[in-house]
Amino acid sequence: MAIFQKVEARTAPNSTKGFVHWIKYNLFSTPLNAALTLLGIAILFWVIPPFIKWAYINADFKGTTREDCNSGGACWVFVRMKIDMFMYGFYPSAERWRVNTIYGLFFILMGSFKFLKNPWVKVILMHVYFIAGFILVRGDMFGLTYVPTDKWGGLMLTILVAAVGIVSAFPLGVILAMGRQSKLPIIKSVSVTYIEFIRGVPLITILFMSSIILPLFFPEGVTFDKLLRALIGIALFEAAYIAENIRGGLQSIPKGQYEAADAIGFSYWQKMFLIILPQALKVAIPNLVGVSIALFQDTTLVLIIGLFDLLAMVRLSAADSYWLGYETEGYVFVTFIFWFFCYSMSNFSQKLEKRFNTNLR
Amino acid sequence: MKESKDIIEIKNLNKWYGDFHVLKDINLTVKRGEIIVICGPSGSGKSTLIRCINRLEEFQEGQILVDGIELMDDVKKIKAIREEVAMVFQHFNLFPHLTILDNLTLAPIWVKKMPRKEANAMAMKYLERVNIAEQANKYPNQLSGGQQQRVAIARSLCKNPKIMLFDEPTSALDPEMVAEVLDVMIELAREDKTMVCVTHEMGFAKKVADRIIFMDAGQIVEENTPENFFKNPESDRLKLFLEQILSH
Repeated sequence: MAIFQKVEARTAPNSTKGFVHWIKYNLFSTPLNAALTLLGIAILFWVIPPFIKWAYINADFKGTTREDCNSGGACWVFVRMKIDMFMYGFYPSAERWRVNTIYGLFFILMGSFKFLKNPWVKVILMHVYFIAGFILVRGDMFGLTYVPTDKWGGLMLTILVAAVGIVSAFPLGVILAMGRQSKLPIIKSVSVTYIEFIRGVPLITILFMSSIILPLFFPEGVTFDKLLRALIGIALFEAAYIAENIRGGLQSIPKGQYEAADAIGFSYWQKMFLIILPQALKVAIPNLVGVSIALFQDTTLVLIIGLFDLLAMVRLSAADSYWLGYETEGYVFVTFIFWFFCYSMSNFSQKLEKRFNTNLR
Repeated sequence: MKESKDIIEIKNLNKWYGDFHVLKDINLTVKRGEIIVICGPSGSGKSTLIRCINRLEEFQEGQILVDGIELMDDVKKIKAIREEVAMVFQHFNLFPHLTILDNLTLAPIWVKKMPRKEANAMAMKYLERVNIAEQANKYPNQLSGGQQQRVAIARSLCKNPKIMLFDEPTSALDPEMVAEVLDVMIELAREDKTMVCVTHEMGFAKKVADRIIFMDAGQIVEENTPENFFKNPESDRLKLFLEQILSH
């Protein structure tokens, strides 16, 4: 009788692995690919060495004045001298420790999340962080000097607008997404109208509306902080986009999950918060991070309503008559900062996806 | 209130999907502790019928009473009925984002407000009963189909339901895994839980059913004891059905 015998696996033949094989199959597999590879190398050769020469080899790092920049390359002295403006705007230098404390607290908060298990404690801590941060930056309480919002600026303002925008738009987005799926006609039509209206209007328009038109509706004498108005406008705007991304996630959940939750005896809210949303949000992570990255970049638009974010600060500094002609260095610096933040968010999203992946096959 | 002998009473049930008449004048009573198997060709309305019992499907005419509670649009009554009735689905429908243990404890903790410790202990007890306790901390997608279905059965037991509904629990499984799920179901049938099973497993029906119901085209064609069902079927439609499924 024939008996089944297990055959040991052999190693792959040499022609299918190794460096030469990789180059051959990835870069020179067809004549067209070979040509494109050569063209790509040529372009890199044409762009990268001059940039390194400008930004590093011929650049000036030391010194404090315009006269120290004489090597013909980039003048990083300009960025160094203006860095406080880029980071904090017109925030008084004596009070900048307050902003730095908030940055520090952020890392402590993130670190503590690794040890905390209960999601509700995390949510509460996050709210405490935002309120404490606001009080600390604004002052006027607990003996801290008052720093009005028109002094806030630079990277600090960029981060603030992006963070507050996303965090406050998120719950509204979740509710709108659920509303759009609702069986109740009024809730559904209100959600759909809101989402479609907001998505049909550019962010600039919303910002103008919040800063110029909105005050017209308030009774005389009532003033409303400009930054706060911009934040509300951005949060309302982002909520519509977040809602659509979450709706995509909701639609990917099979009907069986709803039925199983119903059969167990869950109420609508239990079903949504315990079963459906955790899965839908997981699916929506890449898109939600996409929205966050887009918003981080869109914060530069607050310039047009007179708020000075990072980019606006750089433009302002480059217009300084003493430092005229160094805007390139400023913009390269801004590019790097934006890239750093957006890339970090993108990286973070991949980590989140891995962490919440329960399809461990 | 005196407990009536009948736990499920279905009277003149009619249901339409648009113009399509899925259930036609269904009358069925299930006694406490009885085990009912419903079979029939696909599209005959058997799944729809049991899904009406816990209100996963709405119906247009007729009346269903579950343990004395009448099924109506009233959300509270629907919730009350769902607490008494558990369902096992063809595609298991475990919650993939939760571990096996959390899948089991979710309903006791949130619906019955049981303390977590107590819920965990109970869940482990039921997992042991379906011989799968060692997988408690894994996620559903790490288990085989048969294991997932056994977890689903344990999950419905955690509600301590009076009635268990099975909607083709073995139809989505590989042939090798059908037996392990049926073994668990046979084990359950020995207790005095009321069970209503939609299944094509005739061996199972023969072994445990008190009554077998044959449906075709939205109607109950025949209702019989297992013995008579296979040996002396009354209707020609059932004879044809049995010939087809037993000829191989």
